[in-house]
Amino acid sequence: MAETRFGAAINKALADAMEADSTVVLLGEDIAIPGGPFGVTRGLMQRFGGQRVRDTPISEAAIAGMAVGAALTGMRPVVEIMFMDFMTFAMDAIVNQAAKAHFMFGGQCSVPMVVRTPHGGGLNAGPQHSQCLEAWFAHVPGLKVVVPSNPADAYGLLRSAIADPNPVIFVENKTLYSSKGLLDADAVAIPLGSARVCRVGSDVTLVSYGATVNSCIAAADFLAAESCSVEVIDLRCIQPWDQALVTASVRKTGRLVIAHEAVMPFGVGAEIAATISEQAFGQMRSPPFRVGAAFMPVPFGRSLELGYLPGKEEIVEALQRSMNWKKSA
Amino acid sequence: MSLNIDTLRHLHEVMLLIRRSEERLGRLFADGEIPGFLHLSLGQEAVPAGVCNALGPTDTIASTHRGHGHALAKGMDLNGFFAEIMGKASGLCQGRGGSIHVAQMSIGMLGANGIVGGSLSLALGSAWAHQIRADGAIAVAFFGDGALAEGAMHECLNLAALWGLPIIFVCENNGWSEFSPQSAQLATTPRQLAQAYNMQYETADGVDVATVAIKSRWCVDKVRSGSGPVLFECFTQRWQGHYEGDSQKYRDVANLALARSQDPLIISTLNLREHGVTAEELDRMDRQAVARVDAAVYAAQGSGEPDFKSALAGVYAVEVSNHG
Repeated sequence: MAETRFGAAINKALADAMEADSTVVLLGEDIAIPGGPFGVTRGLMQRFGGQRVRDTPISEAAIAGMAVGAALTGMRPVVEIMFMDFMTFAMDAIVNQAAKAHFMFGGQCSVPMVVRTPHGGGLNAGPQHSQCLEAWFAHVPGLKVVVPSNPADAYGLLRSAIADPNPVIFVENKTLYSSKGLLDADAVAIPLGSARVCRVGSDVTLVSYGATVNSCIAAADFLAAESCSVEVIDLRCIQPWDQALVTASVRKTGRLVIAHEAVMPFGVGAEIAATISEQAFGQMRSPPFRVGAAFMPVPFGRSLELGYLPGKEEIVEALQRSMNWKKSA
Repeated sequence: MSLNIDTLRHLHEVMLLIRRSEERLGRLFADGEIPGFLHLSLGQEAVPAGVCNALGPTDTIASTHRGHGHALAKGMDLNGFFAEIMGKASGLCQGRGGSIHVAQMSIGMLGANGIVGGSLSLALGSAWAHQIRADGAIAVAFFGDGALAEGAMHECLNLAALWGLPIIFVCENNGWSEFSPQSAQLATTPRQLAQAYNMQYETADGVDVATVAIKSRWCVDKVRSGSGPVLFECFTQRWQGHYEGDSQKYRDVANLALARSQDPLIISTLNLREHGVTAEELDRMDRQAVARVDAAVYAAQGSGEPDFKSALAGVYAVEVSNHG
């Protein structure tokens, strides 16, 4: 086990996948010679050559579509879209082509491609470089959506994403790139769709994914001092998501809070709240509560972005609301 | 360069198959045997026949919403083709895609496409895969002149030229973008676009299959030899509306009559007659095409409707199944 940064874990996953399979190829803006805007792909071009690690023009629509065409022709492309906000340009390739090809061609083909892209605020990057848009993709049949919270998961989930026969959107929170965690030298793939209990608890289930998991653990630590036992679940993958694990936990605790950085309306939290209510309503002692960003574009100024981002305080507040909820007369 | 008589005969047969298939599709649609929308390429048969004649089995093509000709010219299974368009279980796509999504990966036909310009980046990526593997194959993106106004066009032309990808951009220029004339759509021409991207350009009278085939061979030789992409513009005619049921009220009657007077099959027939092919033989070729179509339609009509549960179970792939 070695201390590894989140970005380095992704780099290792890409390198190991390329080493294991010569059809794995990387495509993106500034990923080869510059090594990626966040340094994630550093050294890969030198190691695997310019044919397999390729800098592209600023052409998100074309490179996403190219990945689909290359996948249909026997490759396993991994595309980097520099900021998740720029996925808007790649939507046709991802939503109309990649997500549907296996189905609409009657299973004649699969589309084994990965789109890696960073989301999230915290860098004062403003409204067009900070959005969390993962719910859009989770809404499209045919796509898988992965959002890791730590280096070991980032490695294991990316290996699975690259090996998967379906198009996978792999979302990396920008604030995590320099975070550290333990990673086994011979770490293995983690199956997509399996959540992880990061902290066992008995009073309330707290579900999250991505960087917000860290705020959830901090909130759970804080409430432990008040004798409230919070079970924290890291979904890791939001499409498909681990309904069995979350349902079992809520049946045990009777309470559910979902926290994410994305805005709340029509989001991942809404989906989980609705599904779990349908499956475990009889065992629930309070309604599900959600924590998410305010419904506004991600603002730029420091005070504004701080106000926008949900953190430990908002999560603690939601957990307390869940614990203190009483059926009114 | 000239084509030998066997090739000319083969090109004629391919066009006959496309023509008789689409005429039959039009009737089946009118009779309610085809659900949804149907975009016919009647009048444009020479382009797919000529282009695909220059391609090999491992070359890949990506097509458009008007893609029946491309599919059949690349060698698509006729039974699976009709059954798919009729929404049957025995369709190539198990009745999940229909006319604008007919595909057959095993012959390098990466699908018709419901998105205008959708073929461009798919073929580009396929060409990139050919380049990486150095497998000697090339890719073809078919598109209409309407796609020239799409933003992805710029990205794809630029990338293809920049990377010297083995791809032919085949523009089927029929002058119409759905219901609007080119004059209301485009401030430039494909030739000027090719110049702007430092790309090789070739053009052909898209009504004359022999010309298209000869020019296609030039394009394929260029691209396969590694000299980078070619933009190949074929001037052609759209006889029918944007889709079946479109009465084309937006089209001048004389313009439409002129378009319909330019028939690739008549030109090919005259050419074959000059080469000594008898009227009887031409008639026999036609009857063979009709018989093949009849058999495929008969088989499709006997096929069951696709099962919803198996479709629902087919949203995600469980293993990689691609023809590399």
